[in-house]
Amino acid sequence: MESIQQQFVQLFGTEWGSTLFSLTTNLALIFAIVIPLLLGVAYLTFAERKIIAYMQIRVGPNRVTFFGIPWLRGWGQPIADAVKAIMKEIVIPNGANKFLFVLAPILTIMPALAAWAVIPFSPELVLADINAGLLYILAMTSMGIYGIIIAGWASNSKYAFLGAMRSAAQVVSYELAMGFALVCVLMMSQSLNLGDIVNGQQGNSFLNWYLIPLFPMFLVYLISGIAETNRAPFDVAEGESEIVAGFHVDYSGMAFTVFFLAEYSNMILVAALTSIMFLGGWLPPLDIAPFTLIPGFIWLLLKIAFILFFFLWFRATFPRYRYDQIMRLGWKVFIPITLIWIVLLGLIMQLPESVRNLPLLNIWF
Amino acid sequence: MNRIKKFFSTFLLFELLKGMAVTGKYLFKPKITVHYPEEKTPQSPRFRGLHALRRYPNGEERCIACKLCEAVCPALAITIESEERSDGTRRTTRYDIDLSKCIFCGFCEESCPVDSIVETRILEYHCEKREDFIYTKEMLLAVGDRYEEQIAKDREADARYR
Repeated sequence: MESIQQQFVQLFGTEWGSTLFSLTTNLALIFAIVIPLLLGVAYLTFAERKIIAYMQIRVGPNRVTFFGIPWLRGWGQPIADAVKAIMKEIVIPNGANKFLFVLAPILTIMPALAAWAVIPFSPELVLADINAGLLYILAMTSMGIYGIIIAGWASNSKYAFLGAMRSAAQVVSYELAMGFALVCVLMMSQSLNLGDIVNGQQGNSFLNWYLIPLFPMFLVYLISGIAETNRAPFDVAEGESEIVAGFHVDYSGMAFTVFFLAEYSNMILVAALTSIMFLGGWLPPLDIAPFTLIPGFIWLLLKIAFILFFFLWFRATFPRYRYDQIMRLGWKVFIPITLIWIVLLGLIMQLPESVRNLPLLNIWF
Repeated sequence: MNRIKKFFSTFLLFELLKGMAVTGKYLFKPKITVHYPEEKTPQSPRFRGLHALRRYPNGEERCIACKLCEAVCPALAITIESEERSDGTRRTTRYDIDLSKCIFCGFCEESCPVDSIVETRILEYHCEKREDFIYTKEMLLAVGDRYEEQIAKDREADARYR
């Protein structure tokens, strides 16, 4: 690294060399995260189609081979889909606001990708190890809603607008429950840094993970996460049966694909956050030989895949919620639960030392 | 008591887990999909596919131009013109079936007194222009000649019920 920096300094002079060097390294790191992420998104769509098909006693996509390898039948499907999407024309409706119409998908995918900057893949592997990591994540995930509202507005279509309105109200409502659930995690870990949150779950086994003491918060966070990403059973923003396809009804080709990518990378993000906050991030489930040999980021990927499987499982199982039921669940069920749990957790943490040292309680407090 | 039970079962998401157990079980069930070009579903001998005109074993065409099929056709897909042939028999000079009108009801086959117009098991055919959908007498006879063996076998199998 040092020698490359010196070469940059020699090439571009002392003034520009180090700036260009940090720019290049940062770009390389960004690509190192975004490209595997987008590949993951592509294969998440494939996994979704396959898993949901299997749950409906179908076989799913199985025609497009991957470089003609016969036992990888269907694995070329996401690549074929991507090629198709790139080839298609982006139709901009007559009454649409052209600038906002094109801006909306960019505004949607930007925060979905930017939020990945602070995700720690292992103790060392993190692009931006900032202390307000969690705050940054919350800020970025709320930014995504602007893209959806602008898309609904710029399309100049009532279905798109209705979808955008639904989505906005839903995301804002669930943001609250989600934030409160994360407050519990913060109380346990005493830090906003995602790396520190994982380190706070360090211990002998999975019993130290926040999953166990904060199990209701885990459920609240997971369900709010699904609502936040507008996934089934909370996908009323798209609601094919009532409002055609919601906010992206007028989008086609690559513009639509960008929305699609944003939705799926948000899904992976929520799964990653759930594994970091509640499932101990890169920590192995048991701190003994066969588990500790596997590198940390593989554990994180396994946990992300596990949560994502649940996302797909939910989609295959549950019918779509009615809109007022979604609001009721958010405001009247989740927010009270989280508030009660915060108070309860605070009380437990303020118990005298002797009580907190009792068996079981001493693992967490 | 019942209300307390209901309260807890709601909060433990019991019903959601039950639903997920169902889909989880089906994830591992054998799949019933028929992989179409490689595998095909079984067909009945009464299958109503592409039409054909049959001949007698000596090569004489069966159709006697009675026009019953034309009369019975609910979609008006059949057009027949007939003339006296040099040997004094009445034969069709034109026998067109417009496949874009045909609803494959099988009435033509049922009305035919000499088993001439039949519907075969062929379902995989296509046309690229609208004109191609009009099957002429020659085309129908060619279909009949080509699949006569199968057609005869299917009539044989169904003979008891006719």
